[in-house]
Order: sequence, then C-alpha cells, then structure tokens
Amino acid sequence: MVNKVNRSELLHAALANRILVLCGAMGTMIQSKKLEEADYRGERFKDWHIPLRGMNDLIVLTQPKVVFGIHEAYLEAGADIIETNSFNATPSDLDRYGLAEFAYEINCEAAKLAKAAADEFGTDKKPRFVAGILGPNQKTSSVSVDVNDPGARAITFDQLVADYAVAIKGLVDGGVDIILVETIFDTLNAKAAVFAIKQYIDEHDVELPIMISGTITDQSGRTLSGQVTEAFYNSLRHAKPLSMGLNCALGPDDLRQHLQELSRVSEFRVSGHPNAGLPNEIGEYDMTPDEMAEHIEEWADSGFLNIVGGCCGSTPEHIEAIAKVVANIAPREVPQTKAVA
Amino acid sequence: MSKTLVCEMRLAGLEAFGVGEQSLFVNVGERTNVTGSARFRRLIKEEDYETALEVAREQVENGAQIIDVNMDEGLIDSEAAMVTFLNLMAAEPDIARVPVMIDSSKWTVIEAGLKCLQGKGIVNSISLKEGEEEFKRQARLVKRYGAAVIVMAFDETGQADSRARKVEICTRAYEVLVRQIGFPPEDIIFDPNIFAVATGIDEHNNYAVDFIEATREIKKKLPYVKVSGGVSNVSFSFRGNDALREAIHSVFLYHAIAAGMDMGIVNAGQLAVYDDLPDELREKVEAVILNTHPNATENLLSIADKYRTDGIELDENEDEEWRSWPVEERLSHALVKGIADFVEEDTEQARQKVERPIQVIEGPLMDGMNVVGDLFSAGKMFLPQVVKSARVMKKAVAWLLPYIEAEKDGGARTSNGKILMATVKGDVHDIGKNIVGVVLQCNNFEIIDLGVMVPAEQILKTAKQQDCDIIGLSGLITPSLDEMVHVAKEMQRQDYFLPLMIGGATTSRAHTALKIEPNYQNDQVIHVTDASRAVGVAQQLLTPDTKAAYIAAIREDYEQVRQRRSKSANVRKSVSLAAARENRLTIDWTNYQPPQPKTMGVQVFKDYSLEELRARIDWTPFFIAWELAGKYPRILNDGIVGEQARQLHADAEQMLDKIIDEKWLTANAVIGFYPANSDGDDIQLYTNDSRSKVLTTLHHLRQQDQKKGNQPNYCLSDYVAPVGLDIPDFIGAFACTAGGDIERKLAEFEADHDDYQSIMLKVLADRLAEAFAEQLHERVRTEFWAYAADESLDNEDLIKERYAGIRPAPGYPACPDHTEKATLWELLEPNQNAGISITESFAMLPTAAVSGWYFSHPNSRYFAVARLQNDQVADYAKRKDLPKDAVERWLGSVIES
Repeated sequence: MVNKVNRSELLHAALANRILVLCGAMGTMIQSKKLEEADYRGERFKDWHIPLRGMNDLIVLTQPKVVFGIHEAYLEAGADIIETNSFNATPSDLDRYGLAEFAYEINCEAAKLAKAAADEFGTDKKPRFVAGILGPNQKTSSVSVDVNDPGARAITFDQLVADYAVAIKGLVDGGVDIILVETIFDTLNAKAAVFAIKQYIDEHDVELPIMISGTITDQSGRTLSGQVTEAFYNSLRHAKPLSMGLNCALGPDDLRQHLQELSRVSEFRVSGHPNAGLPNEIGEYDMTPDEMAEHIEEWADSGFLNIVGGCCGSTPEHIEAIAKVVANIAPREVPQTKAVA
Repeated sequence: MSKTLVCEMRLAGLEAFGVGEQSLFVNVGERTNVTGSARFRRLIKEEDYETALEVAREQVENGAQIIDVNMDEGLIDSEAAMVTFLNLMAAEPDIARVPVMIDSSKWTVIEAGLKCLQGKGIVNSISLKEGEEEFKRQARLVKRYGAAVIVMAFDETGQADSRARKVEICTRAYEVLVRQIGFPPEDIIFDPNIFAVATGIDEHNNYAVDFIEATREIKKKLPYVKVSGGVSNVSFSFRGNDALREAIHSVFLYHAIAAGMDMGIVNAGQLAVYDDLPDELREKVEAVILNTHPNATENLLSIADKYRTDGIELDENEDEEWRSWPVEERLSHALVKGIADFVEEDTEQARQKVERPIQVIEGPLMDGMNVVGDLFSAGKMFLPQVVKSARVMKKAVAWLLPYIEAEKDGGARTSNGKILMATVKGDVHDIGKNIVGVVLQCNNFEIIDLGVMVPAEQILKTAKQQDCDIIGLSGLITPSLDEMVHVAKEMQRQDYFLPLMIGGATTSRAHTALKIEPNYQNDQVIHVTDASRAVGVAQQLLTPDTKAAYIAAIREDYEQVRQRRSKSANVRKSVSLAAARENRLTIDWTNYQPPQPKTMGVQVFKDYSLEELRARIDWTPFFIAWELAGKYPRILNDGIVGEQARQLHADAEQMLDKIIDEKWLTANAVIGFYPANSDGDDIQLYTNDSRSKVLTTLHHLRQQDQKKGNQPNYCLSDYVAPVGLDIPDFIGAFACTAGGDIERKLAEFEADHDDYQSIMLKVLADRLAEAFAEQLHERVRTEFWAYAADESLDNEDLIKERYAGIRPAPGYPACPDHTEKATLWELLEPNQNAGISITESFAMLPTAAVSGWYFSHPNSRYFAVARLQNDQVADYAKRKDLPKDAVERWLGSVIES
C-alpha cells in the first residue's frame, strides 16, 4: 500500500508518460446484468416503501459483487482509472427513492469497492487509480424549470454545495484518489461541486486532484445551459483541475471538434470519454470496439488526449480496444502559459 | 516544442471573453446600475424586470463587452433584486453571452450574485478598507466561486489619492492575494480611483496624472494584473457640459490606456474620438489632464462655453446643447419639443431641488405646459405636437406620483378643474375623446377617463364620487346621440348641476340644441367641435366670472338654431311616403341583365397583406383626424401646417413600417353574395338561385324631401331588380377589419403613457380598414362579382369613387339604420369569420372596421336619407316588426321632428 501523497505522485508520473485509460460505462454494464426489483432491494431494503429498480447507485450496498465484477472487468481490459458507482448518489438525487440518508454510506461503499478492485490489479509498473464520481445532479441551478418563469430555479447553489459535500466526504473516506465531476450539463452545478471540493480540501488540508468533464449536448456545440466549449472551460478554470474534458451525449465522431477546441484552449490535461456512437432506435449503442478505437487513435495521434475512456454504451471490450491503440501514442503536452512580452 | 498559451483573464458568459495584454480597451456597460441610472432604478423598484432586461440587452447590442449590475439602493432588497435579475438575464441568450460584473458595496449581495453565475464574472469590488483579514476572507471566497475581482485602492486609512499611495495599496493587496492565498494574478483588476480634476482646488489638479502614472507603475510592477476605473468621475466639475466632458474623457482615456488601463465603466456610445477633437480643445483639455500648466483649468473654462454649442458632437447631435441648460429650462424645452428621452432624469433632478414633489408639477412642468397651451391656442403648435408634449408630461407626472403619494398630505395638486370623459354606452370609438383629454390635460385640467361603452349610471356615479366639475360625452355612431340624450335626461332627473360637453363625429350643434339641451336645464350643455375648442369652453365654464355670460350666449345661440330649424322645416318641403315611392328611381330592367357573382356564398380572408393595404391609404382623412386641415398631398407643402403635416406623415410611415414588419395589426375580412330581388323598399335574399325560399330581408329607407326637377327620391332597393320580373339579381355583403390584435400594442403605449403613439396607431388602423374596404370592393368588381373585370383606375380615381357600383354601410347616410347590421352579421358571421363583433348599439369591435352592402348596378350612387316622416317610420316599424318607438330611437337623428 502506498500513502496518499505517493499515489498523487504516481498519478502525475503516469500522466507524464502516457495516455491514461479511463473505464467505460457503468450504467450500461449494470443494465446488462438484468437485475430485478428484489436484486436492487437485497436483504437490507426488502421492505423499502418505494420501488428501487433502476436505482443503480444503491447496489453498492445490496449487490456489491456485481459492482466489483464490473470494476474487475474494466481493470482487466486495461483501465488505469476506474470510476466509482456513485453518479446519482447525492442526497437530493437519492431523495427520489427516499434514500437521502444513505448518501454518505453509498459514496463511501462505492469508493471502497473500486479501491479494493484497483488495489487488486495495481502494480508498480501500472498503478490503478480510483476516480470518485460526482454526477451532474438531476436538477439545474441556472436553467429555469418553469416556462412561464425564466427566473425560477429547481435547486440553489447552496443546496448543491451541501449535497455534493456529503458525497465528497463519503468518496474520500472510502479511499478515492481523484474526484471526477462528470457529465456537466449545467456549469453552475459544476461550480457548486468545485466549491464543495475546494471547501473540503481547505477544511481537511488534503491534496485531492479534480477531473472535470462537461457535456456538449448536441450539434449546437453548447452545453445544455448554453455555453460553448471555451466558455465552459473559462468558467471552471479556477478549479485548477488535473484534467478538463468532455464526455457523454455524442459519439467520438461528433465530439471530435469540441475536444479539439478544448485541447486548443486548455492549460490543463485533456480527457475525453465519448459514447459508443449515438443510440439507435431501440436505445442501444452500435459502435463496435474497433470502430471506436479507430476514432480514439486518431484523437491521440492529433495530440488531443491525456486521458481517454468511454461513456454510455461502452463496454470492457471497447476499453480494451482503446487501451491497445493509445498504448504507444504520446500524451498531449500541457502548454506553458506566458504573458506576451 | 510544447506550445504556449497567452496568460489572460478568461471570462465567460455563454461565450468566452479573454482580456490580456493584447486586448483592446474593454467597455463595461454601466446602465444596469440603480445608482447610476434613474430609469433602471425605477424599473427595479417597480419590479418591471422585463423592461430592465431590455436595458441590459441594449447595452450588449451597443457593444458593452461586460455588463455591470448594481442593485445598491436603500429602498430595494438588493440581494433579492440581484438574484432575480441575474437569473432572468441567464434566460436571455443574447444578454447572457457576455460576462457579468457583480457590483455592490455589500459583500452579501456580491455573494448572492456569485451563486447565480454559471459563467466567469467579475466581483466589483473588494478592498483592504476593513482590514486584511476580511479582505482575505472575501478574496478566498471569490476564488472558490471562480470569479475575477476588482480591488479598490482603499485601505484602513482611506482611499488612495496620490500616485504613491495608489501603488502602495495595490502592491500590498497583490502580495496578499497572490502570495498568501494564491489568487490568480491575471484575475485581479485594480481600480486606483479616478478623481475629479479642475475643481478649483489646487490639490486636485494632479489627480488624473496620479491615476495615469499609478496605472503605469502598477502594470509594470505587478505582473498580469489589469487596471480599471470609473471614467466619468474625472470630468465631474463640468457637469452640464456634455460635449466638454466627452472631450475630457477621450483625452483622459487616451493617456490612461497608453499607460496600461485595460477596462473602464464608460458610456461607449458617448465618447468623442481623440483625433477628432479640435486642436484648441484637445490642447486645453490635455493641459488639464496632464496638469502641465498652473492656469490650465482657467484656460479650459475660458473656452468651455464655446464647446457647449459648436464642439465635437456637432455632426450628429447639434441639438443636444439644451441638455446643459438648468433643469427647469430642460423640462420646459422637453415639453415644448415633445422629447421624452430625458424627462425622468430631469424630473428626478427637479424633484431633488424642491421641498415637495408636487412643486415640480406646479412649477417647471406647468410652466412648460402653459407655453404649450399658449402656442397651441395661438395656432403656433398643432395637435400632434401637443399630444407629444402630453406624453412627456404624463411620464414626468408618473415619475413623481410615487413620491407624491408617499407624502401624507400628498395629492393637494391644484388643477383648473376635474373633467369626466366617457364614450357612451354602446359605442367604442375613442380617438377624438382621447385627443380632447390630452389637450385638456395639457392645460392643467384633471381628466377622469372612463373609457368606452360607459353606461349612464357609471358616468353619473363617478362624477359624484370624484366631485367632477364637467362631464364630457363622446360618440361616433348615430345611436350614441340617443344615449347622450339619455344621459342628459338622467342628469336632470337625478339633480346634477354641472356642465355637459358633447363631442364626436355624429354630434352636432343642431342635435345638441334640438335634442339634448331641452332635456337638461340644470346647467349648460355645449357641443364642442374639436379639441382645440375644448380648452376655451372648459375654462369659460369653470371661471365663475365668465360662466354666466358664456352660458347666456350659448343658450341664445341654441335657441336660434331651434328657430331656424323650425323655419327651414317650413320652407323645405317633405313629401308623403306614397309620393316618395311614386318618385322612385326607375331603371329599365327589360334591357338589363344583372351580372352574376363568380362565387356565391361566403368567402373569408384571414391575415390579409397589410403591405397591399398600405398602398391604398387615403391620407386626407388621416390629417383630419389629427385636426390638420388640407387635402393630401397638398397639405405637406401647406404654408401653415405643412411642416407639422410632413412630420406627422413621416411618423405615420415609420409606424406603418413597424405595423407591417412586427405584425402589430391583423387584417381579416368576410364577404358574401346572395340571390336577391327588391320588394318595394325591402330587398329579399334567397337561399339559392331557384329563389323559392327567402333567406332574409333587408329593410331600406327612402328619402322624403321634396325633390326639384326630375330628381328621384332614392332608396337602395331601387338598385335591385324587383320580384315578379323574373330577372335574377344579386346583392353582396362585407365586413372587414384592420384592427385585429390592436389591443396588445395599445396596452403597451398606455403603460408608457404614450398617447401620441396610441392615437397614431388607432388612426392608422382606421385608415387601413378603409383601405381594406376599398381593396375588397375593387376585387369584388374585378374578381369575385367581376362585373367590371377590365376596370383600371388609379388610387385617386378610387378615392373619388369613379367606379361602378357602391358599398353603402348600415348606419351611414344611404341606409342610416344601424340595426340592419344584425342581418349582415347573421349572413356573414363576422365574429367567427373575421373577428369583428358588434355592441348593443351596433358599433363594431375592433373599431377599425368597415361593413356594408355591395350593389352592382351602374346607376347606383350614394345618397343621404333624411327628413323621415311619421308615415315612413310607422311603415318601417311594421316591415321590421318592431314597436314604432324603438324605430324612432334608432333612427332619431334622421327623423324630422
């Protein structure tokens, strides 16, 4: 076992040498396990008053082996960084199932599971890292929920900060190496997450690398809350993250131009984890591992990447193919920032 | 080989905005600031956030690259206003694209604002004023929220004025921010305080130099930081001379930017170009800014007045000079010229000068309106100008009202008198009434306007409650005349003792004298021909010294009218109904084949092209509506009203552009054709061409005056082939409006106290409706009925009605019975088909509407039915199956008494 500071050094050392591979989709993998209501409930929640099927974050408590197995599959495929199963595990998100009070526990267990899996696979030559996931929160703080009242907000900045603070504490206590704020469709939500992380860091005097990953919703080239890529970058630059990236919504083909733009402006490392194409008419993702790897190889060759993985629809097979193609390509060099003389 | 990025302050709204060493000077929009803009303050106080957003939008459109938002005002919940406004701005992509500067002296307001910004904004401002600990606490939070920050050159001992102090404080702040708490230096903006120069105090002379040199040193010494400032402070001593102030700003910025100033809160639209300044002015201003000569201030003052009038803005804004006059004169000027742009700031300034807000109205505003009133009565100003002046007055009063109401013993405003005005029950026309109201208001009468369709009871009740001095009734359609008689009778019955003024298109001195005055003897009833007379009449009636003599003269006049009338009744002969029918128009039907319409039944025209109608507008009635006499286009070059007419015409054309482009109005119409034959004075319409079943019957009236020579006694039914000859004839009907949706825009104007635009829109809608009726009639002649398929007439011919066939309207001279509209409405269903409804008095809504019948016979022409005799009234009542007194009521004005 290595201590925290050393893990951070290891992480930076790894990033300096190669493109690190992030794991693929968690939701897609859980779906493929065809869990039933009883599986979600497990023994502990068998009398819960609200149906729990689909509450994927809860299974770190009720089906830990399933989650552990998914982590193992991605580590097996070659992922350097695996993501905790905590995308919807903030109190306000869990509250829809009446599970708000379990937020800390779920985050902590999600982190422990990932940590255990990572430790199992980690070697001196190829250390494995755990990224604690903070999802976007289902409610938006800068977009109105009421067409008749453009000033209305479903959640406030302060509520979000309090929400994320619980999740962060659980993830850190469970042993994550990084916090990854991902699938950001409302930048103000992400600013609240960053606020909570920085608050945690200041209060606990720890080092905690942050990864940030936004979502360009569609061909408009903007986030759901209306920002272009560079505006998104500028708005979260104060987080001084380990990496800034984009994920979800688009396949690698459509995401390329936005990742290129991010790579142009970013003073930090750049990450990308696209979907396996766009969903087909029955909601499944068709892009094969080889197709996806071909795009990713081109991204890497173009010098866009420091960290790469997959989002919706990607599987261990996709990650294996990706890991293979980026193994021998140099990572994007982080630019120097200088004032014009 | 790693690439390098420029170190910039990377701001963002929905778009990114970087400010670095190579950036041009950044303009921060300053108008969304309650401390700097009276208008914005009022909008926020009134929670009119929609309009407040427009202020933000205008700034972005005018080139502001960042928007400063400030809600610091004692009477505003600044935190709540900041949150509401920022959240609303976030929903407007064309505003939200630029970064926001959250401006407040209260940290809590700043923090509330930061929690609303998804982009990267700027905090304005923090300082060392309350010590290093508080400064650090706030800076840490700014960093955590992810904003840039303005740091004022202010510390525990005060604001920095000298160059050395400015540099010292900024350096200390930089050390704390960058070294102690790791604040990114590129996100620090110093404001080293711009103070006024040329104040007459020698110590102030170097303030501009202190700022410029401090800026130079700060930029050199403290890497990556930016420098900003509030530029208008520097010229504070020259308040009132905007041209000179702009020159000072321009020279100041020229040197400050060269020294490294990055951004500033300035009004970018009002900045002179350094190179365009006249040499003399630039040199003198430069001497003041750079403090190069002990007499620099005196030297600049010596030429200052010269540049009030002929300075830098000469090309575009030569008329702006009045802005530098004393506030009382500015208000008077604005009223006389009808300029509403500055009235709120000027009113506010005037308010602050007097003890009680009412004194602004009683003082400068009434003085200005007295000038307007004098010019109007002297014929030196015309109605459109007066209406514009009234708009300015209304805005000023609206501004003062909250202050007046806030005073306990507030509304003690002295006016010349209180006048109640109303369009009577059943009638919806109010252009004339509104004009009279405006003109009276301009002459310091207080107007209680009850609007349209006002029942007698409401008029009387309100007059009593509000203690009115005069009641004014208005109406356009003939049934309104009878309603006015009714109001007069009620006033008599309920013991009202106050003057009654009568006005409106169908009213007349004769009707007033004959029908109204005999019913109201408690005080005087007076017919007022137009708005310009209303003031004189009202004044005479309300001045005790003149009232008795004035009333005596009116009574005498009306008595003469009645006598002449009874004499002329004896002189001008009428004939019996039988004799009149005998003397009907005879048409030789045997050699005439009535044309058959191409399509029978109802046709609907929705959302007709306003552009097409615009080309057909008959402008002469437009000018009449505005009480400018003369025929178009000659009126445009008229020696007396020409200039006004041109201005009015230009305003109208401009509004027409908007009406069309922005779809202010909708034009709808419905027409229909029916098999028809005349049956005496009636016309029978059939369900189909077999003519076996009567669909409905139209009732018409015949002239009963004794004709000279072989002139016939006309009736419209004469134009349709009679039953029994087996000649298939036809009749058409139409209803059209160009006033669809008009209420939306009128409500806007009303909210803005803008009578001018409101009246203008109504008048234009009327013109468009008339044009629509003309357009439809032409298409009926050439296309739908097509009896004149090859007619080719220009607009002048059309206006002069040089075409075959007529389109008389129920309620107007040829068929004066408004109730016939009921039949028209059954046939065409204009409610559903064109959005036109009728009131109980058969007035059409929207008011900009025309309806009537189509007659195709080439001999048909317009005429006036008059002098109806008792025999026809009885006959008509029988035909219509109505009690005779009902017919008498509806036809009152055309029945010979």
